[in-house]
Amino acid sequence: MKAPLKRSNAPIFWALFGAGGMLSALIGPMLVFITGLALPLGLLLPADTMSYPKMLAFAQNFIGKGFIFAVIALFLWHAAHRIFHSLHDIGIHAGTGAKLLCYGSALLGTLIAAYALLAIGF
Amino acid sequence: MSKRRPYVRSMDGWWRKNPFFVEYMIHEGTALFVAAYAGVLLTGLYRLSQGEAAWNGWLAALKNPWYIAFHLAALLALTYHTYTWFKIMPRTMPPVVVGGERLPGWVITAGGLAAAAAACLGLLALVWGMAR
Repeated sequence: MKAPLKRSNAPIFWALFGAGGMLSALIGPMLVFITGLALPLGLLLPADTMSYPKMLAFAQNFIGKGFIFAVIALFLWHAAHRIFHSLHDIGIHAGTGAKLLCYGSALLGTLIAAYALLAIGF
Repeated sequence: MSKRRPYVRSMDGWWRKNPFFVEYMIHEGTALFVAAYAGVLLTGLYRLSQGEAAWNGWLAALKNPWYIAFHLAALLALTYHTYTWFKIMPRTMPPVVVGGERLPGWVITAGGLAAAAAACLGLLALVWGMAR
């Protein structure tokens, strides 16, 4: 008798990949433009858009917290999954070590984000 | 050990020989920019939790020309990711049947791209409204 099939954990990683891919496809370009180009270069938006009081208030708000957490965590899980599955294409054997490194860094980033959001308070 | 030394063709640079795979590697490569940008945001969030001086230091660092160059590259990469994500979507999602007919792929792609454009403009408007 064969042992019953073990349930795969792949759907979890795939779902995170899909959610992160969708979120980054929908708002990624504008987010990069706002935080990385418009505000540092003083284009378009008010100069104090990301000032400390405003960002603190945003990060203390429940919706703001959820948004920040979703963006950082899902972007990380999306990228980790995609990079992990591309390793084979560039001639690197994607074994357990590579898996731990890819998903491990996404998990670490997620935990740091959660810690920082809790430290910022409500 | 066997004395047989069979010839194994090298796979080095296999994807560079076919434009289809070059495109594939580029769209998979956008993940590097998604990861790096998430890292930038994570650093910012951590700085925010450390207080006003740390946060202002992070804001000042973003004005560094290297950061600007990175964000320009990231903007291109993420825009390309948006395009390929919805270009592939007809093949990554279950078939959509409307009125007994299968929805053609280009409709799904066009719908996705329109949704992304609306989401981006909506985000800009939201940030604009909250900052004023």
